[in-house]
Amino acid sequence: MVVRTSVTSDQIRVVRAQKGLKSRISEIYSRRELLVFLVKKELSTKYRNSTMGFAWSMLNPAFMLGVWYFVFQVVMRTTIPDFVVYLMTGLIAWNFFAVSLQSSSAAVVENAGLVNKVSFPREVLALAKVGQAMVFFVLQLSVLIITMAIMRFVPNFSQMYLLIPAVIDLVLFTSALCILVSALNVYYRDIQHFIEVLLFGWFFGSPIVYSYTATLATHLANRHLTWLYLANPMADIGMTFDRVLYGIVYYKTKGVGAYILPTFSTTWFFGMLGGIFLGSLILMLIALKVFQKLEVNFAEEL
Amino acid sequence: MNSVSIQGVSKRFRLPDQRFNSLKERVLHFGKVPYHEFWALKDIDLEISEGTTTGLLGRNGSGKSTLLKCIAGILQPTSGQIVVKGRLASMLELGSGFHPDLSGRDNVYLNGSLLGFSKKDIDKRFDSIVEFAELSEFIDSQVKHYSSGMYARLGFAVAVNVDPDILLVDEVLAVGDEAFQNKCMDRIKQFQREGRTIVLVTHGTDQVRQICDYAAVLSKGDLVYSGDSLESIRSYRDILVTDANDDSVHLEVAENEPEGEPLGVWDEKSNPKYGEDLLNVGVSKGSEFYKDRTIEIVSVTFRDKLGVVCNSVMTAEPLIVEFEYKSCNIDEELFAVFSIYSVRGEIIFRNFFQDGLYSNIKLSQNGTIKFNIDQVPLLDGTFKVSLELLNRENQVIFQRDSLDSFSVTNPTKNVGLVNLQIKPSVE
Repeated sequence: MVVRTSVTSDQIRVVRAQKGLKSRISEIYSRRELLVFLVKKELSTKYRNSTMGFAWSMLNPAFMLGVWYFVFQVVMRTTIPDFVVYLMTGLIAWNFFAVSLQSSSAAVVENAGLVNKVSFPREVLALAKVGQAMVFFVLQLSVLIITMAIMRFVPNFSQMYLLIPAVIDLVLFTSALCILVSALNVYYRDIQHFIEVLLFGWFFGSPIVYSYTATLATHLANRHLTWLYLANPMADIGMTFDRVLYGIVYYKTKGVGAYILPTFSTTWFFGMLGGIFLGSLILMLIALKVFQKLEVNFAEEL
Repeated sequence: MNSVSIQGVSKRFRLPDQRFNSLKERVLHFGKVPYHEFWALKDIDLEISEGTTTGLLGRNGSGKSTLLKCIAGILQPTSGQIVVKGRLASMLELGSGFHPDLSGRDNVYLNGSLLGFSKKDIDKRFDSIVEFAELSEFIDSQVKHYSSGMYARLGFAVAVNVDPDILLVDEVLAVGDEAFQNKCMDRIKQFQREGRTIVLVTHGTDQVRQICDYAAVLSKGDLVYSGDSLESIRSYRDILVTDANDDSVHLEVAENEPEGEPLGVWDEKSNPKYGEDLLNVGVSKGSEFYKDRTIEIVSVTFRDKLGVVCNSVMTAEPLIVEFEYKSCNIDEELFAVFSIYSVRGEIIFRNFFQDGLYSNIKLSQNGTIKFNIDQVPLLDGTFKVSLELLNRENQVIFQRDSLDSFSVTNPTKNVGLVNLQIKPSVE
């Protein structure tokens, strides 16, 4: 005879139509181990049955890098020095965002079997996709570091600490959007396809393959539209990445000088990143609320 | 103390008449997506005390699985709330969280984690899970190479080995071979001894009789009965019989069709719900040749020992089955063949018409054909009756398929199909 220990108060669970946001967040947090398992599952199954296997996670961005390098460096003769580093820096942040958003839009729909049979906070499904992209992000970052070492390129160590708030913003903003679209996509399956188009446009609205300062900045400033460009969190985060990892703000060649990166001060960066953090936090709360609202009818829609 | 307290729970499903999943369609039909509402659960109140085993009985679509999903937290009730005290593991579908490309080992961890258990918990129990599932040889191969039995075994093993306080089971005990089923049953019984709470959805009244302390009966979203498990079975039987006989009402209408049509032939379309429960006894072969000889069954009545109309009897009590007929113009001697079928369509009994034990009958224009069963030798279940009339050349002149059913309630704890008087003796 096994003596059952009495149930503690934290094991009391109430199932009802609407639960508070706070209990929801603590529920998601309490299932973080599940998140780790789901990320592992994503990673080990994504490239299963393909000959190259996990190598695709690196080959894909490498190929993208090659194409952009060819177009901008060889064809268009960009003025950006050490263009490979500039390109990689921007692409690392962008790939994290784009891969997360793209894959998480289908996260709930493709796990319909689970959603209908097992009880767990479903937001985790979207977050698992973000987690998976995070692994790729770290891998690509290490490739960048190796590239820098080979090229003897010195990043901007003095402002390296800016990378911390930039990554926090990037993860928070991405996660919030991912949770939102994963729920919306259950009701509107178009979202998945719309996101593809959206990401294509968004990519060119962010300083990844081109330098904002060297191209758009003066045009936009003349029309008082600088704020519009900077309202895109991915532009701001990209700029921070560039400032820290690339760091060539002003470049002088053959006596002609040009600004490659914006000349924002550290304070400006902190202000900008702080703003994004607050904005993302609000977006996250909205996303969780919307998810909770839509979740009630998931079983019927899937 | 109550482990699960269901307080005024209702669940509404909105079933769209048409599906509009794309944005264009949604915009075009904005705010006017045609749907009809369907209440799967209507204001259910149910207390499940700690350490008890409760069965949820009901027909398909009665809402029992919806209720279980609400307890599990998979569905959220439209109104009301459910308070669950303790760790809960649900077995709604075995291995539902399994990913075919992952190894058995990885799936155990993923599945356990989905059920809400920590890696440490699973580490501790991993060996017993594998041992229980009898899969130690295959634990590192991908589960897509597993047979469905292996799949279900692993799923069951994870769910029962993770030490839940409350176990929810949805008709999953019928997996694997007999040996494994026994093992599952043993584990369920062990759970009961350990004072865990079990909620079990089932069609099998035998299961309820064997393992449940209490049962709740649901019908069309309403809680019809909750309490003692034997009483519940009776209540569930009543629903089955009432529904079955309701269904046959419009079948009798179909029988009153113009003359010359073969009589009493089962029309599957008129009631697909029960089609699966009935055995197709064969079309009345004689009807082609005996079109001029007609008989119309007005009603089929079941009576108990006092002659009271009654659709359910107790085991070992007498039962009278009456077929009332009219407009009979058959003047030759006939053999009446009476059959009893289980709901699955197996023949429980059919009298053989040539062995002289059953005397020939001659029918007047209107009347009643009666069959007396002195002691119903059946245990639990719903049974259907049919009548065939044969002439001397063994040709079927009339056939009434098994549309009418009666139920038998077994007051004992005996399990099975037939009632035997068993007395052990030692020599």
